[in-house]
Amino acid sequence: MPDGIEIEVNGKRYPVHYPPETPLLYVLRDDLGLTGSKYGCGEGQCGSCTVLLGGQPRRSCQIAVSAAVGKPVTTIEGLEKNGQLHPVQQAFIDAGGFRCAYCTPGMIISSVGLLQANPNPSSAEIAQFLQGNICRCGTQPRILDAVHQAAKTMQERGR
Amino acid sequence: MNNTLSKTNDAMSKQAKNILVEPERYEFTSGSIHHFDLARREFFKLLGAGIAVFAVVNNAHAQETAPSHGFHPQDLPSDIAAWLHIGEAGTVTAFCGKVEIGQNIRTSLAQTVADELRVPFESVRMVMGDTALTPFDAGTFGSRTTPTMTPQLRRVASAARDLLIEAAAKEWNVAPGAVKAADAKLADPASGRSLTYAALAHGKTLAQNLPAEDPVTPPSDWTIAGKPLPKVDARDFVTGRHQYTPDLHPEGMLYGKVLRPPSFGAALVVYDHSAAKSLPGAVIVRDGGFVAAAAPTEREANAALAALHVAWKEDPPKPSSREIFSYLKKNAEPKADDHHRQQKGSVDAVLAGAGHRLDATYNVAYIAHAPLEPRAAVAEWAGDKLTVWTGSQRPFGVRGELADTLRIPESNIRVIVPDTGSAYGGKHTGDAAIEAARLARAAHRPVKVVWTREEEFTWAYFRPAGVIEVKSAISLDGKLLAWDFHNYHSGSSGIETPYVVPNVRIEFHSVPLVLRSGSYRGLAATANHFARETHMDALAHSINMDPLEFRLKNLEDARLRAVLQAAAKKFGWPEAKKENRGFGIAAGNEKGSYVATCAEIALDPTSGTVRVVRLVTAFECGAIVNPDGLRNQVIGANIQGLGGALFEAIEFENGRISNPRFSKYRAPRFRDIPDIEAVLLDRKDIASAGAGETPIMAVAPAIGNAIFDATAQRLNNLPLIPNGLKRA
Repeated sequence: MPDGIEIEVNGKRYPVHYPPETPLLYVLRDDLGLTGSKYGCGEGQCGSCTVLLGGQPRRSCQIAVSAAVGKPVTTIEGLEKNGQLHPVQQAFIDAGGFRCAYCTPGMIISSVGLLQANPNPSSAEIAQFLQGNICRCGTQPRILDAVHQAAKTMQERGR
Repeated sequence: MNNTLSKTNDAMSKQAKNILVEPERYEFTSGSIHHFDLARREFFKLLGAGIAVFAVVNNAHAQETAPSHGFHPQDLPSDIAAWLHIGEAGTVTAFCGKVEIGQNIRTSLAQTVADELRVPFESVRMVMGDTALTPFDAGTFGSRTTPTMTPQLRRVASAARDLLIEAAAKEWNVAPGAVKAADAKLADPASGRSLTYAALAHGKTLAQNLPAEDPVTPPSDWTIAGKPLPKVDARDFVTGRHQYTPDLHPEGMLYGKVLRPPSFGAALVVYDHSAAKSLPGAVIVRDGGFVAAAAPTEREANAALAALHVAWKEDPPKPSSREIFSYLKKNAEPKADDHHRQQKGSVDAVLAGAGHRLDATYNVAYIAHAPLEPRAAVAEWAGDKLTVWTGSQRPFGVRGELADTLRIPESNIRVIVPDTGSAYGGKHTGDAAIEAARLARAAHRPVKVVWTREEEFTWAYFRPAGVIEVKSAISLDGKLLAWDFHNYHSGSSGIETPYVVPNVRIEFHSVPLVLRSGSYRGLAATANHFARETHMDALAHSINMDPLEFRLKNLEDARLRAVLQAAAKKFGWPEAKKENRGFGIAAGNEKGSYVATCAEIALDPTSGTVRVVRLVTAFECGAIVNPDGLRNQVIGANIQGLGGALFEAIEFENGRISNPRFSKYRAPRFRDIPDIEAVLLDRKDIASAGAGETPIMAVAPAIGNAIFDATAQRLNNLPLIPNGLKRA
């Protein structure tokens, strides 16, 4: 077991048992058992693996785990707090923003990142931001609805 | 497993194997991609050209040609507990061999059961796609679930409700007609007595032979079906809690990787594993042309493969993607019979005679399903018993493939399908399941195989490429006179014309496979609709007639007329068109449902580029079970159809795929999505048909026709504008 790297995921510290150059996605899924972030392409083109690294949405299949040391990682598993879904998660349910839902964790995390930077985005801005997230089932219109809904909820709650 | 259930499953399985499938479902007759040598002491015997994959078609396929839309009671198990179970706590569990791949039948089937059984929707749980627990099912494809599985579950639920009513009537000593069922309770209004289903179910086994003509609730009386209920288990999906096959991780599991040949048709000629076998924890398997490794991490499995010394003799298929169309036309197999030809009147004479003539050739490229969840499987042996979890549309078919390739009885195998990250027709075969099972047997530990995206784009089967030749003649006042339509290789789905033509010849021509090909959402209907509806548009324009008017002039089918008119009305055809915009329309029908799409193109006159800005699709599939789910399906199919219409194409050369990743194979993304509206026509007087495929069929020709309208450029190939529109 090399290196003694530790990373912080969803507020918890984990020792890493994989080599430091291993992409963060595989450490999360295979080493830590956090399978919410998905493998879709391994080349950063589909967005299924998106996590928040230091609050920024990043494709975890393209980041070495060593680059995640010392920065908080948030995965889809970390959004729910005390049994309460994050407004973006709830909005995806209410708007029906998924079919097979494989892209959904990446979409939700990306959307959380977007709304942190831009609390009231237009549809064009959402589409531009999520351009890197593929939904093969064609649920993009509902995902746009979900993000609008979440933006509204979050503004009302003053989050 | 219940004896009645297993006997019935065997009978249905045998019956299904004898039924013909659409010719373009090549994956059913091509055989498994792996063939393992028998252990030496076994007597080697091969049937045909290798290990057969059964052509399993849903038994209900036979009923598509039968006059009634019912089912045959003697083919279904008579033990209700195997289909539907009412628990002592009031939970209703319904068992169904269909699988959930994002089409949301887990929700619509539960609605159907809840509706008929008169219980709250939340109390119904579906157990799906488990060969040990659920009844036999040929596969979740062909838009069959709604028209076949839904009525079966309705009858089962209805019979269960009757049993409950009889039991309560007996308990209260009243006539069954006096007992009312509602909200999971039975009541005798006359006396005010009531009993919950749970209380009645306590300690009993409800069993009944299904009556042949059990009345089921008509759509006009639906209370739960017909409603736009949200997806079951939605919370699990938005929290990442749901485990797709690649997320599974049983105790002691190893990661499996398969060594892929450098090109299609390559044979392994040198194999030396001495360096690889010494790697700690690595298990190497070589079985004929199958070479694979399993190790405690994916990285180590890849390292084990890399440590093998191998060499291949390549023998790639000759044509590249540039030459495929002329190749397909040249290599059509000589006709053995008239099986795929329809003929009426005197096509050749009329084509040669008077009337306005138009001939054209349409080329359709190979495309990939590219489901976001790659093909994957987890296999675990316990002695000679095998359990495999895999994202497949055909758990029973995969069980059969496993039995054949591993040479063990089907009764030793259990295949379980977790709700899967999409398939679109691409997950019919047991490729990853076989790979994982073979490795797990050698490793004596569970093994998980997850295909990489490159493997997905290379080793899965594609929607077949095709060449379609059309010759036609019309009268100057716009009546179709002759229609001669030939499809090479792509397939025969949707090859017919719904329009009235007195002289017709329609034919499908087989061509031996070049690339591994098979089912894709809509099968060949997308290609055939593209050719037909583009050609109809060209005919209309050739006599300066409005394309909608031209179609209606030659169309008697009331349901197709209805969707055309509904789409046109919502779209604002033709009056809403502005400058530098093009309007296109297309329509079709398949599998008992009807679709029409209007497309609007915006042309940038300076650059010459075109953009799809609006789609309106009208769709009718009989009585709607879940309007919200249906709307999502129609729009989703339209968006997926954009890809095949505009820019998706598999490129290949020397037996290698040139664009096996998302950076080079363009899938529709957020900024590609136009305004899309779905107009749903609800026909409660018509039995529900499926909606998984037909909505995709009119998108490509509508867009192509709109591009012509805006630019006067007629595009006869799919994809239409992979590199943008070239100036004429």
